[in-house]
Amino acid sequence: MEMPKPDEAVLSRRHRIADDLRAIVPGEGVIVDEDERRPYESDGLTAYKTSPLVVVLPETVEQVSAVLRYCHENGIKVVPRGAGTSLSGGSLPLEDGVLLGLGKFNRILEVDYDNRCARVQPGVTNLAITKAVEGDGFYYAPDPSSQIACSIGGNVAENSGGVHCLKYGLTTNNLLGLEVVMIDGEVIRIGGKHLDSEGYDLLGIMTGSEGLLGVVTEVTVRLLRAPETVQALLIGFPTSEQAGDCVAKVIGAGIIPGGMEMMDKPAIHAAEDFVHAGYPLDVEALLIVELDGPAQEVDYLIGEVKEIAESCGAVSLRISENEQERLSFWAGRKAAFPAVGRISPDYYCMDGTIPRHQLPTVLRRMTELSTHYGLRVANVFHAGDGNLHPLILYDANVPGELEKAEEFGGDILKLCVEVGGVLTGEHGVGVEKRDLMPAMFNEVDLAQQMRLKCAFDPDGLLNPGKVFPVLHRCAELGRMHIHKGKLPFPDIPRF
Amino acid sequence: MTQFVPETAEQLKDAVAWAVAEEYSVAVKGAGTKAGFGRPMRTEHEIDLSKLGGITLYEPEELVLRAGAGTPMAEITAALDEKNQQLAFEPPDLGFLLKGESAAGTIGGVIATNLSGPRRIKSGAARDHFLGFEGVSGRGEVFKSGGRVMKNVTGYDLCKLMAGSWGTLAVMSQITVKVLPKAEKERTVLLYTDDPATAIRALTDALNSPYDVAGAAWLPKALAASTGIDLVSAEESGVAAIRLEGPGPSVEYRCARLREAAGALGKTEELHSHRGKSLWTQIRDVMPFAAAGDSRVVWKISVAPSDGPDVYRQLLSLKGAEAFMDWGGGLIWLAVDMASLGGADVVRGIVAKAGGHATLVRGESQLRADAGVFQPQAAGLAALTRKIKNGFDPHGVLNPGRMYDGV
Repeated sequence: MEMPKPDEAVLSRRHRIADDLRAIVPGEGVIVDEDERRPYESDGLTAYKTSPLVVVLPETVEQVSAVLRYCHENGIKVVPRGAGTSLSGGSLPLEDGVLLGLGKFNRILEVDYDNRCARVQPGVTNLAITKAVEGDGFYYAPDPSSQIACSIGGNVAENSGGVHCLKYGLTTNNLLGLEVVMIDGEVIRIGGKHLDSEGYDLLGIMTGSEGLLGVVTEVTVRLLRAPETVQALLIGFPTSEQAGDCVAKVIGAGIIPGGMEMMDKPAIHAAEDFVHAGYPLDVEALLIVELDGPAQEVDYLIGEVKEIAESCGAVSLRISENEQERLSFWAGRKAAFPAVGRISPDYYCMDGTIPRHQLPTVLRRMTELSTHYGLRVANVFHAGDGNLHPLILYDANVPGELEKAEEFGGDILKLCVEVGGVLTGEHGVGVEKRDLMPAMFNEVDLAQQMRLKCAFDPDGLLNPGKVFPVLHRCAELGRMHIHKGKLPFPDIPRF
Repeated sequence: MTQFVPETAEQLKDAVAWAVAEEYSVAVKGAGTKAGFGRPMRTEHEIDLSKLGGITLYEPEELVLRAGAGTPMAEITAALDEKNQQLAFEPPDLGFLLKGESAAGTIGGVIATNLSGPRRIKSGAARDHFLGFEGVSGRGEVFKSGGRVMKNVTGYDLCKLMAGSWGTLAVMSQITVKVLPKAEKERTVLLYTDDPATAIRALTDALNSPYDVAGAAWLPKALAASTGIDLVSAEESGVAAIRLEGPGPSVEYRCARLREAAGALGKTEELHSHRGKSLWTQIRDVMPFAAAGDSRVVWKISVAPSDGPDVYRQLLSLKGAEAFMDWGGGLIWLAVDMASLGGADVVRGIVAKAGGHATLVRGESQLRADAGVFQPQAAGLAALTRKIKNGFDPHGVLNPGRMYDGV
């Protein structure tokens, strides 16, 4: 993975820059010592490591603004970081870049039930929001599996999902407002407690922009009232085709479950060995279907789903009798990644989305690829929305195996695009999938996205080297190549 | 003026590329149903998308539909009806309000204006259901973004940017949306009350309950009477309405629970089947202000729901003012006599104080030109808006001035 060439002039000014930043963020908020910088050299994509130029940990919006203004004026790159749980290297530092950590922005500023929202600082963890309101019967819907650690600011940057997306949406569908500091230090507010702000949808654009457009310093999230009851079915099928068929028929019957997850045989076995959730071991595919709402509704829908599953050839079917049993159904799924981590020295987690009906094709071709590369793969799948997480098992201590795993992963994602899907459903492009972007977008598509970046950050100082495979100067992107007087276009009907 | 009616995406590209090369301004038109909405423009030419229509992909079990931008909403609704599905954001038909007759427009127009109905509070806005597009930028280049799957974070979410951009950034040719099953059953709880604060209290309690409310509106007495629905006008008072949707047994249970809760605040009633449908369609389409001869200026006002009653009271003191609330108090539809720049400033002032925004939906073209249609932006946002426009349409060829001066 090639990153932008470090600026030697900036590198040589490291201590001078740290001193200047100390004038903005006093005390221990500026880290320049090599050993103390080390904890920041990687995020959730641990295969990549770079020690940042300087780490700065501001505590106020004014400080964030002043740090960005300083970096802007001095041509210094900035990499924003929340909790550092990105699985795509979104907060991978740059050697010549300031790492701007938002961890000290960890307060919940306001909970407003009448408007069903909360204003929180970006360093608050996803789970902390739900914890703060669950006593009153509310929750924040998006629930990425890293929710205990990941920050809401990072969720905004990555447009994080979770297992309840099909019914409750991703981060972008659950935000009302943002406060954003632009690279030149200007603070703007987008949205508020009302819906659908006019003008270009900057809330929508900031969400999932992977730290390339601005630094979020406050988030207004929507809160939802928790359902009265939640129940789940655990259904085993002899083939993944039958499980896929069941998913399609449930949705075809007009049922949108709160969650609908699928695991393949290797994932089932790894999970069962790890947490002993009571998963059937003689099935090829396992579905967890979760239904939520008033008891009357859940009872009714469980009956419907059960009937559909049986008609699709389910060979095992359990319905959770109580909360403990429901959680046990999920225990294996939620522990799938660490469970796979136990059966292999290393694993590489992929994140493509496909049209659901392509699942059998994709699984078959993935098996072929697995044989080709000589690497095992286990699959967990947000079946309702087509988001596939193949886990490629490898051993980083075997020379060349990481590269092989990455190549295998790249082939899987290209396969996802080939069947009508996309490179990433919820983990982001970051550095990980950056060079695969041309599999999905042509040069014109990418140039248009970069022009949006130019409107926010014309000098390309915010998180460069992420998302876009080739960096272009904004002046170059702005040029137009026009051939005048080429009108005839005789074919277009005109009046 | 030349009107181009491209029949293929290639022809659309040629027409835009020509306009860009010659620096001609063009109006982008679907069915033209919202010509009287938005800032008025004077453009040299027009691109009519009505021949770029037709559903190109519909997979009900995958919850996805793709269609040419010029596809009439009627065609899309008919296809969805056949599979018992819908666009869950409930796109309004503003034709009655704007031109006195049904005119639901095209899917391109619905997305470009990001218009959503009463179910917005539960299911999200048009932008939340917009999965992908192909189009031609104001640079005359064909580009795409998004896809056809439900979950996608590959690159910037340009779909969000296109939704609500009023054709000022690019001309969309193909649009992909998420579609959802229709609910099996629908019921509406009515609470008769003249007091907007009591009404919003009831709606807030319902929205904060676990009963999954799919519509929360309040009509004052005169507007309740205008619906022509017997149970809505029966008590000769204002009416708060709470809509529930879902499987039969669930709807009946939730309806009973919410009716019981609302009962503490006043007399209640329930609407079933066609009566309920009629009420919510009238609210969605702003029918209370669409009567023949009503030429008042109409505003769509979005505020924090808890600010609804207070903003409503202030607005009601204006000349000829009538209003009703949707989205649990977060959306106020206002009709008012003040067709002047000064009148617009008063409305905007009241709304701005509450931190919301006001959109001038119906008004003479002179008023829309003088007062603007959207709430003026703070300096930082306005500058960013221009830069974004410049990145997509550097010569200001597409729908110039439709949103703001120069945008």
